[in-house]
Amino acid sequence: MTQMTMIAAIQNAHDVAMERDEDVVVFGEDVGYFGGVFRCTAGLQQKYGSARCFDAPISELGIVGAGIGMAAYGLKPVVEVQFADYMYPAYDQIVSEAARLRYRSAGDFTCPIVIRMPTGGGIWGAQTHSQSPEALFTHVAGLKTVIPSNPQDAKGLLLAAIADPDPVIFLEPKRLYNGPFDGHHDRPIQPWKKHPMGDVDPDYYEVPLGKAAVARKGQDLSIISYGTMVHVAIAAAAETGIDAEVIDLRTLIPLDTETVMASVQKTGRCLVLHEATLTSGFGAELAAQIQQDCFYHLEAPVLRVAGWDTPYPHAQEWAYFPGPDRVGRNMKKLMEA
Amino acid sequence: MTETPPLSLKVPQPQCRPGDLPDFSGFEVPAAGSVRRPSVDEKPEVIRDLAFTIIRVLDDEGEAQGEWAGSLTDDEIAQGLRDMVTLRIYDSRMMTAQRQGKTSFYMQHLGEEAISCAFQRALQKGDMNFPTYRQAGLLIASDYPLETMMCQIYSNEADPLHGRQLPVMYSSKEYGFFTISGNLATQYIQAVGWSMASAIKGDTKIAASWIGDGSTSENDFHAALVFASTYSAPVVMNVVNNQWAISTFQGIARGGAHTFAARGHGFGIPALRVDGNDYLAVHAAAKWAAERARRNLGPTLIEHVTYRAGGHSTSDDPSAYRPKTESEAWPLGDPIERLKQHLIRKGIWSEERHKQAQAEITDMVIDCQKRAEAIGTLNSGHVPSPRDMFEDVYAEMPPHLVQQRHEVGY
Repeated sequence: MTQMTMIAAIQNAHDVAMERDEDVVVFGEDVGYFGGVFRCTAGLQQKYGSARCFDAPISELGIVGAGIGMAAYGLKPVVEVQFADYMYPAYDQIVSEAARLRYRSAGDFTCPIVIRMPTGGGIWGAQTHSQSPEALFTHVAGLKTVIPSNPQDAKGLLLAAIADPDPVIFLEPKRLYNGPFDGHHDRPIQPWKKHPMGDVDPDYYEVPLGKAAVARKGQDLSIISYGTMVHVAIAAAAETGIDAEVIDLRTLIPLDTETVMASVQKTGRCLVLHEATLTSGFGAELAAQIQQDCFYHLEAPVLRVAGWDTPYPHAQEWAYFPGPDRVGRNMKKLMEA
Repeated sequence: MTETPPLSLKVPQPQCRPGDLPDFSGFEVPAAGSVRRPSVDEKPEVIRDLAFTIIRVLDDEGEAQGEWAGSLTDDEIAQGLRDMVTLRIYDSRMMTAQRQGKTSFYMQHLGEEAISCAFQRALQKGDMNFPTYRQAGLLIASDYPLETMMCQIYSNEADPLHGRQLPVMYSSKEYGFFTISGNLATQYIQAVGWSMASAIKGDTKIAASWIGDGSTSENDFHAALVFASTYSAPVVMNVVNNQWAISTFQGIARGGAHTFAARGHGFGIPALRVDGNDYLAVHAAAKWAAERARRNLGPTLIEHVTYRAGGHSTSDDPSAYRPKTESEAWPLGDPIERLKQHLIRKGIWSEERHKQAQAEITDMVIDCQKRAEAIGTLNSGHVPSPRDMFEDVYAEMPPHLVQQRHEVGY
């Protein structure tokens, strides 16, 4: 095992994939010579040449659209959209094209593309560098949506996404790139090297898509979450003394309902947690499914904690971000309900 | 059928990377004054050559040359120099403030000061700029209060944008400065629409759109050109070619075209290519294009050729992707130095007077900074209340936001 940050693990996943499969090509804004603004593709152009890893013009539509064409040819493009907030020009290509090639051609054409994008806030990025648009993808038939919460999963999930025969949206919580952030922005940054999930196998391995992890075992209530919020949930459990079971979904679609429902049926209380805005967020889908499958096990209504329904602000970032205090308050509320 | 060898992918590469000697030998610099100035109602097809040269006024000695010279009085030129010096000093103070943790982020203009400062002086009150994040000179040259700009940088309680926006994403309708989006290129087409509205209403206002070399790849740029062309919109469409889009050299966005200005030709839009480090040339080109727009002769595309001497932002280290000395080798020089030489040459300025002006402007900027910092900085706690986070999402706050605001305790 090797200690890696999430950046190093993602870089390593690209490297391993390109090494074993010549059809894997990597491109996006600044990903070539420079290796990406977050360094997730560092060294790939130098190692595999500029025909397999290159800089793209600043056109997310172009990056995704060209990637779809390459995937239809038979390559395995792994493209980077520099921030998830910049994805919108590519949305038509993602929704109307990548997601539907297989369906509308009855399997004649397919689209095994991976579209990576840094997501989420916590970096003073304000409204154009902080958004969490996962629900805009989970709502679309034909897409798989993945969000890792640590280096070990990030590598295995990215390799599974590259191996997958369908388009995969791969959202990387940028606040986790260099350490497991628990929402306490005023405390020193913790590095991944002190975290067990920072130990990464340097060889090829997959973490299967559609399989959640139990990030913390507990009996009192279940917190269903993903990405940065997994760490916030664990911190809130420690700080409130409430023995929460924290489920890290890892993949939103396909959703591991078995793990989710087993946990909620065991604890009888459920808090759904994400950083994205509340209304019509992925939490709404989770809450609907949980009440349907666990209604007779529930001791209290399913509670959602999420980002407020406002654009992501700059100065008020920590009032917006659903940190451990807000999560803890709601855990207590859920226990009292 | 004839046999052809296997295909291969061509990926453009910049001339130099770190460790190489900067080389601009392939970059042609026409002599100052050598480019003709056509009348503003000239047909686009007969002035195509202006997209493949560089309009320059100031020569190496600081003398103004040719038909594009003479658009400004001595006082106006001296004011232009003061605007650029103000912007550079302001940038330098804000870069330091960011490093001191007083704000989260900053983007400077180093080497590009002439473009926004000179352009603004060719517009009139009521015209609207749709700027990118590197045109603060538009505000400075329209006498927007520096202290208010700083309050935005600090996201403090006097920030007119209530701490909601990333530093440098200013907004002022009164000063003809459209709210900046952090997403690239999105506003290029909006400027066209704004100018079309002015035409629909029989108004006299014009608009100016702004974009960087890299972002011309975005769809919004091409949509803007087709709309501007179709409706002959009264808009000046600026492309600031500063050679680098973060780590990506301009050849990636330009592709097989010789210049960015030439992008206008496919749409029948007249295009000028101008020395962006020459205050007088930028002003003259802006004036020419603004007059075309105001006389209802339609849009003009201007490529401002310049060099981003600093990093893309405070989050960027350009030494990782280009030679450290490349900015010194840039053949178009420094805009402040060049205009200063011109004024000295004219006998209305001196090195001594320049130093004095720099000192006065520095004092003025420091004064503004002290007042802004007395109100608050991002790290001082004197930032807008979380209550404000819920305002302006809609004209009227819907019940679900009222409820969420209550949850935050307001």
